[in-house]
Amino acid sequence: MIPEEAAKLIGKADAPVVFEVEKGAIKRYADAVDDRNPLYWDEEYARNSRYGSIIAPPGFFGWPLKWTGAGPLFVPDSVGNLTLEAMSKAGYPYILDGGAELEFMVPVRAGDILIGSSKLSDIYERESKGTKMVFCILENIFTNQNGAAAFKVRQTIICR
Amino acid sequence: MARQLYWEDIDIGSEVTPLPRIVSTQTLVKWAGATGDFNPIHFEEAFASKQGVGKPIVHGALKRAWLVTLMTNWIGDNGTLKKLSCQYRGMDWPRGMKSLFEPEEGDTWWCKGKVTRKYEKDGEHYVDCEIWLENAKGEKTTPGAATAVLPSRG
Repeated sequence: MIPEEAAKLIGKADAPVVFEVEKGAIKRYADAVDDRNPLYWDEEYARNSRYGSIIAPPGFFGWPLKWTGAGPLFVPDSVGNLTLEAMSKAGYPYILDGGAELEFMVPVRAGDILIGSSKLSDIYERESKGTKMVFCILENIFTNQNGAAAFKVRQTIICR
Repeated sequence: MARQLYWEDIDIGSEVTPLPRIVSTQTLVKWAGATGDFNPIHFEEAFASKQGVGKPIVHGALKRAWLVTLMTNWIGDNGTLKKLSCQYRGMDWPRGMKSLFEPEEGDTWWCKGKVTRKYEKDGEHYVDCEIWLENAKGEKTTPGAATAVLPSRG
């Protein structure tokens, strides 16, 4: 059974959030991933590449401030958070990241201003090894300062 | 970066150059700080235990980021990653730290992949890959798929 409190959130979207893609944030991210590609930190190397300037690794969108890699899970009153609270109250207190689908349209560059918006697109139930699990699907889209959709993330959160 | 890969260089079944990864508790702290994911399941023993995962686990999104590196290293700076997806099927636990900079001896993870499809679309040269992260036992804890465009010599 999908709790009504959660089901009524399907289709709901958060107010858009603005992210400034900082050079330092890109470098820290690449360092945490141990991705040594100089495109992410070496100005001269990046200038001589086909990108012409420092870019972010695909999937990173700048300093995130309380956003996870794929959704605003820890922002109070975000649709993601409200969904998880509703699930917890309904007897599904355990949360796991189920996976993600990313689509990249244009590169994210240092200095870009991205607008991210997040929507709860679906909730469905599955049974695995006798355990009932509820899958919550969050869709995030990031648009840059030129109005171009830069990338999309479709994230699966599993509640059990 | 390494030598540029071209679409003509690969075929169905070609191997994506494997990428070894080591993850320590320090790696998880760096990742949390870099991404803003401060879920205590990734740093607090008692919380992780209550959540039913035993000890603090490796962030799924970090494993995904490694798979991105697997692909971007392989396709080179003139290749373009178009899509990447993965499922977090199995948990992974980090190594402890031996010193300020060095992790304890322990497991090494491998990002791997192979080409499943090669095609042209809208004048571009595409490649689809099956990708995955495997643990030291050879279990695929994070299977996924990726699509990229490669430069062509043609």
